[in-house]
Amino acid sequence: MMTPDPVTRTPKEAHTPIAGAAGAGVPVIAPGHNFATVTDKISAIVLTRRTSLGWWFGFAIAFALANVLLVSIGYLVAVGVGVWGINQPVAWGFAIVNFVWWIGIGHAGTLISAILLLFKQTWRTSINRFAEAMTLFAVACAGLFPILHLGRPWLAYWLFPYSNTMNVWPQFRSPLVWDVFAVSTYATVSLLFWFVGLIPDLATLRDRSESRAGRVIYGALAMGWRGSAHHWHRYETAYLLLAGLATPLVVSVHTIVSFDFAISVIPGWHATVFPPYFVAGAIYSGFAMVLTLAIPIRRVYGLQDFITDRHLNNMAKILLVTGLIVAYGYMIEAFMAWYSANTYEVYMMRNRMTGPYGPLYWALLFCNVLTPQFLWSNKIRTNALLLFIISLIVNVGMWLERFVIVVTSLHRDFLPSSWGRYEPTMWDWGTYMGTIGLFLALLFLFLRFLPMISIFEMRTLVPDAKPDQGGAR
Amino acid sequence: MAEFDSSTALVDAAHRAYNEGYRKMDAYSPVPIEELHEALHMHDDRLPKIVLAGGILGGLGGYGLQYWASVIAYPMNVGGRPLHSWPAFIPVTFETTILAAALSAVLGMLALNGLPQPFHPVFNVPRFALASRNRFFLCIEARDAKFNIDSTRQFLESLGAREVTTVED
Repeated sequence: MMTPDPVTRTPKEAHTPIAGAAGAGVPVIAPGHNFATVTDKISAIVLTRRTSLGWWFGFAIAFALANVLLVSIGYLVAVGVGVWGINQPVAWGFAIVNFVWWIGIGHAGTLISAILLLFKQTWRTSINRFAEAMTLFAVACAGLFPILHLGRPWLAYWLFPYSNTMNVWPQFRSPLVWDVFAVSTYATVSLLFWFVGLIPDLATLRDRSESRAGRVIYGALAMGWRGSAHHWHRYETAYLLLAGLATPLVVSVHTIVSFDFAISVIPGWHATVFPPYFVAGAIYSGFAMVLTLAIPIRRVYGLQDFITDRHLNNMAKILLVTGLIVAYGYMIEAFMAWYSANTYEVYMMRNRMTGPYGPLYWALLFCNVLTPQFLWSNKIRTNALLLFIISLIVNVGMWLERFVIVVTSLHRDFLPSSWGRYEPTMWDWGTYMGTIGLFLALLFLFLRFLPMISIFEMRTLVPDAKPDQGGAR
Repeated sequence: MAEFDSSTALVDAAHRAYNEGYRKMDAYSPVPIEELHEALHMHDDRLPKIVLAGGILGGLGGYGLQYWASVIAYPMNVGGRPLHSWPAFIPVTFETTILAAALSAVLGMLALNGLPQPFHPVFNVPRFALASRNRFFLCIEARDAKFNIDSTRQFLESLGAREVTTVED
């Protein structure tokens, strides 16, 4: 059926490594690729019969960690939220720290797929698919925390407005209910966006799969897609409209998450800088996570042709810019605390810097403000190993930021008589590490069963995707 | 149905088939080709209207739900503050607007495209599997007024196709 064609099948082995600066002039796909090589190379990763040992090894570790999550949740449900370190006055603890951290990570996926699409940044193409998958899995992990934090997580559906025999409705003036709508809308729209992007690729996998199960499963998911011009026409409209809708959505989600803090009266939370500062922080942490994932993936699967040094360079630049916005946020937080001359605000800032959690504050400044300054250097931006290390440090820094915001403001607020301390327990750590396991396990499954790079969008980057002007060949 | 090597050849063929008077035809390609939409004279702007309608309904629905829940069904007097506190209703209204618009974009696209469609006659052509890899197809359908199995085949062959096949129903 699939007769190899001598003209298109011979991949020109001409991919010269991209030298030096990897600037704007460098193509986003290595030279020598055509429709057939792009299709075959990406789909082969999924369609191969052999699953590599490395995959099994990685998946086993991730799956074991995910089981730690299962045990932690089981114990929490059986005993109650008292197994966590939360107390009065620090009622939020790890649950909210991790919720904000995970949902922030998700933001890079939507930014890459929607905002960079609207800005016609073609380099987004080879990273958008797995960045979107990362978004979905991160939002899934994020969504767990507020639900588990409810105390009676099996009643989480009470948060949704539905006609019930208690005749009770949600309090729509509460940012916590806004969160329910923001996060569930975000998860749904991200899933739709990801799935719509997958449809033409699922059709490719259906047509190229050699096993019957593959043809049936990918065929059912592709829903009969056949690449008709009429279909493409509506498809592109829908994709563009989705991008336009996802762009304000992604900004709104972390804005609403920041409202959880900013709408309250707690010193250190009640600040107008929170929404933009949170959105920038979300994109910052998300791009750090994309780099953390993309660098090993491109090495293991040999995808340097598609995820080139230019991609790493561009992502590093975004990391630097958003890092500077976040640094501005820290500066304004400190400045406003001083400028307000409000006793509680001034004390909060002093306590944050020199109190019991002070070292964490300085560590976060080191991770989030100092470390990204290395990205001014072109050499470092194109050095995969250094970028990987920087991205890990930023991931840690962004987690510390949320910890500092949540805990330092809560543990000493207005009345010294109600001050307290917060220490996470092993169940806090188990739940947190468990979500990392869940995230990685889902990611491993995704890499094995779905194309991690959008095949049809990569085809559009190939030189012969555009018809020559003037008609005749 | 004719098979072509490149997008240029397909767009060219679509132009000539249209000029020849064929109307009921479709082109299949592994990538979206903007020029093809012009060549086949496709005008379909129903989808943006569906999305707009979905967004407006989602916004009104979301706001209406909050108004109904907070003012009529479950009014709660908190320190004498107004029940119809509209600024607090904006975030949820915004989210339901986006949600409904996105759902109508996806479902509308699928419905207008007639998907999911478990079977289509073009799949009977074995080489059509390459339409999702690197080949381009132009299919003139039998319900076209000008369709004639012999002359249409000759015409397609004259366009420089690699191969012309008859699609069995």
